[in-house]
Amino acid sequence: MTKLDARMPDGPLQQKWEQRLEEMKLVAPNNKKKHDVIVVGTGLAGASAAATMGELGYSVKAFCIQDSPRRAHSIAAQGGINATKNYPNDGDSIWRLFYDTIKGGDFRSREGNVYRLAQVSNHIIDQAVAQGVPFAREYGGDLANRSFGGAQVSRTFYARGQTGQQLLLGAFQAMMRQVDRGKVKMYPRREMLDLVLVDGVARGIITRNLVTGEMERHAADAVVLCTGGYGRTYFLSTNAFNSNATAAWRCHKRGAYFANPCYVQIHPTCIPQSGDYQSKLTLMSESLRNDGRVWVPKDEADVDKPPHQIPESERDYYLERKYPAFGNLVPRDVASRNAKYMCDKGLGVGATGRAVYLDFRDAIEEQGRDVIEDKYGNLFHMYHKITDEDPYEVPMRIYPAVHYTMGGLWVDYELMSTIPGLFVAGEANFSDHGANRLGASALMQGLADGYFVIPFTVGNFIAEYDVQKVSTDHKAFDATEDDVQDQIERMMSIGKEGSRTVIEIYRDLGKIMYDQVGMSRTKEGLEQAREEIVGLREEFWNDVKIPGRADGYNKMLELAGRLADFLELSELMAIDASERDESCGGHFREEYQTDEGEALRRDDEFCYVAAWEYDEDGDPKMHKEELEFENVELSTRSYK
Amino acid sequence: MAQQTMTVHLKVWRQSGSDSQGRFEQYTAEDLNPHMSFLEMLDVVNEDLIHAGEDPIAFDSDCREGICGTCGFVINGQAHGSERGTTVCQLHMRSFNDGDTIVIEPWRARSFPVIKDLVVDRDAFDRIISAGGYVSVGTGPKPDANSIKIGKDVSDKAFDSAACIGCGACVAACPNASASLFTGAKITQLALLPQGKPERTRRVQRMVHQMEDEGFGNCSNIGECEAVCPKEISIDNIAKMKREYLRAMLSDT
Ligand SMILES: Cc1cc2nc3c(=O)[nH]c(=O)nc-3n(C[C@H](O)[C@H](O)[C@H](O)COP(=O)(O)OP(=O)(O)OC[C@H]3O[C@@H](n4cnc5c(N)ncnc54)[C@H](O)[C@@H]3O)c2cc1C
Ligand code: FES
Repeated sequence: MTKLDARMPDGPLQQKWEQRLEEMKLVAPNNKKKHDVIVVGTGLAGASAAATMGELGYSVKAFCIQDSPRRAHSIAAQGGINATKNYPNDGDSIWRLFYDTIKGGDFRSREGNVYRLAQVSNHIIDQAVAQGVPFAREYGGDLANRSFGGAQVSRTFYARGQTGQQLLLGAFQAMMRQVDRGKVKMYPRREMLDLVLVDGVARGIITRNLVTGEMERHAADAVVLCTGGYGRTYFLSTNAFNSNATAAWRCHKRGAYFANPCYVQIHPTCIPQSGDYQSKLTLMSESLRNDGRVWVPKDEADVDKPPHQIPESERDYYLERKYPAFGNLVPRDVASRNAKYMCDKGLGVGATGRAVYLDFRDAIEEQGRDVIEDKYGNLFHMYHKITDEDPYEVPMRIYPAVHYTMGGLWVDYELMSTIPGLFVAGEANFSDHGANRLGASALMQGLADGYFVIPFTVGNFIAEYDVQKVSTDHKAFDATEDDVQDQIERMMSIGKEGSRTVIEIYRDLGKIMYDQVGMSRTKEGLEQAREEIVGLREEFWNDVKIPGRADGYNKMLELAGRLADFLELSELMAIDASERDESCGGHFREEYQTDEGEALRRDDEFCYVAAWEYDEDGDPKMHKEELEFENVELSTRSYK
Repeated sequence: MAQQTMTVHLKVWRQSGSDSQGRFEQYTAEDLNPHMSFLEMLDVVNEDLIHAGEDPIAFDSDCREGICGTCGFVINGQAHGSERGTTVCQLHMRSFNDGDTIVIEPWRARSFPVIKDLVVDRDAFDRIISAGGYVSVGTGPKPDANSIKIGKDVSDKAFDSAACIGCGACVAACPNASASLFTGAKITQLALLPQGKPERTRRVQRMVHQMEDEGFGNCSNIGECEAVCPKEISIDNIAKMKREYLRAMLSDT
């Protein structure tokens, strides 16, 4: 059994990273090109890691599912990226960003990792600006900042509503430069379907060519997984259509521990579902809650009435009522949960009854339409386009949607998983956000990992382990490829006879997850979910219908493979949620709440990371990494 | 609440592989909710095809919110359909009429070979970027970000060019299948910014030559590209590219 050692440097928080960098072994410049590194995923984490390692001299192979690395899910991030530049001179510092992130994560992350994140945040902005990323600027030519997600300082850098796009294009271009130099070889339209281990060390991957269906083998001295989060376990989410957990899950099955799978962030301001055909949900930036007021009708009889016919006295501004101090600006999890409660009570509005109003009437009256248009014009436009309703005239309808997953593969301080040689960066790892992520901090983490952590820690591993070359003819590659091939053949053969489409089964899974493993959980519900998931998994393996062939482009076969993994991961999420007998961050257990209905954390018993070891017989084993807080005091969040 | 539904007739280009012959096939999609997106309508059609034991219509998509550039095909002769500034994934069925016939075909350009049905290979775009669509800076310590001052107007202009999502509609709409709007947008973004200036000459030469080597046609100022661009990127970017190219030729002697 692997021992869970975070390899945290000793010494004061402020010096840990510097000290580790100094201790690290280096690979000689001439030798770097002899070392192959595989990077799976080209989102912010993967593209920045591949670019940097290519430039350092390693021979990098990068893989992505989309037809171009530029299209990774990171492209969709809207709001911004945090850094502690303190340009507005409002008192920000590395310490403050560190503290906000630890507290925002409800004290369920590692101090050392989070501090390093805050430390390198400024380098990210310098790096992106040097690459020509067009951040928003003031007339004087300086970079502009805004406050985001209820932060008390303005530390968020942004590029209109397209921050993710511009940062990703910066990293993508840096990587394409290395492609031009021959240091990075790019493999688009490839899906990693398994990890190859030789003597317990990660030494390569098996990919499927998504155009030809061919299996491909790639060997390397280290594998870096940057494959994003698992929000699509819920089927409907704000994540891109191809986002998935397959690479991470298959590594888990090969021995990498999966940490805190139950920590999922549900974002309160998304455009509600309009029908059963819906394929994904669209996020509306949470900045809207700065001026919009959330309400539902007080009386169930009013839910179908046009909102303007409901008089002021008949409206329940429930966030303002329950949380007078923070009102509509309560954190994401609190806002989401309360919207659900209102809809559960039958007070939800819109065609499906699963929505609440976000009303700008008062803001427009007070500040004028021009001011509101200036602040939110593009969001209002997007809303109008999708719903065909004009939010200047009628209140928006919003509903929470799964948005981000804080859990992920367990990694140590150097971002290495429990499998030596397998590194995990970006949303795919569990490392920095604890039980809840603050706005504008995922982009920061992805780029921190990729530009500033991974390139050094991977080098340290290569130098320290003295890895020897393996060939893709090694029997480990034969065996792993056979496993992958078997699974595909099995799916295709069931798929010929089956009666339920991949999407139908997938929607059922999404419903189970939203109902029982969503915003508000109970032990009983979680156990029921587990049973239902097992049943659904059986149904999949007996009755799924898959069209077409395996030897060519086949979207449904791709999705079937991902669904097979979601059907396993979802069970672990339910198990993890039911083992965690407390409420913290995005994980709310109804049994553990204060008299006022707020989350009740239980630090005495649950101040740990739950890292799960895979078990073939469905009985995963939990390993605890106790979290030690030497620099901050654990406090309770209160928004009353 | 009862909702009006609609029916549309589809003529869809079906092609099983890059070497095979393609043809139009007809389908009828009934009981559609007008609030569906165009891609969700195709999802529904595909579910029916799968149940009927047929091969679903292959098309690419990812973000489904108009930013990744993955989706794209020609609808009734127009790249991304007739709504301005909109990708296929942001198009909704309510912009069609009940009973309409809709013709759907892939981007057609020599440099974008069809992979299957509506899916095409756009690798050529990535090769154009790798020829010079970047600023050559490594990762590592950099001067403080605010040591480079860039006026808001310049920065905003650079942003307008940087907004390109690389979907390929400009190529598909151009009678010459030119990639000038795509290439010009990246060249313009970087030429406007101080960070991009040192490599200006080499960049424009290499990117333009790569574009030609990929077999894209020449720009003859028709303007179809700008009209279909979902991010409404201006054709001025092409003029700027041409000026940059001329400048490079004159200075690089
Ligand atoms: C709508 C939206 C808005 C957001 N806004 C913000 C924001 O304003 N600020 C912020 O900080 N965060 C934001 N986030 C979160 C943030 O965008 C993501 O957490 C982050 O971009 C994830 O980056 P990543 O590099 O880890 O992974 P991703 O960008 O998800 O990339 C994953 C990559 O892995 C590849 N991949 C996956 N599986 C495989 C496989 N099996 N084989 C090969 N390749 C594979 C994919 O092709 C892709 O290239 C937002 C998220 C959403 C959904
Ligand atoms: S799917 Fe991303 S732009 Fe349409």
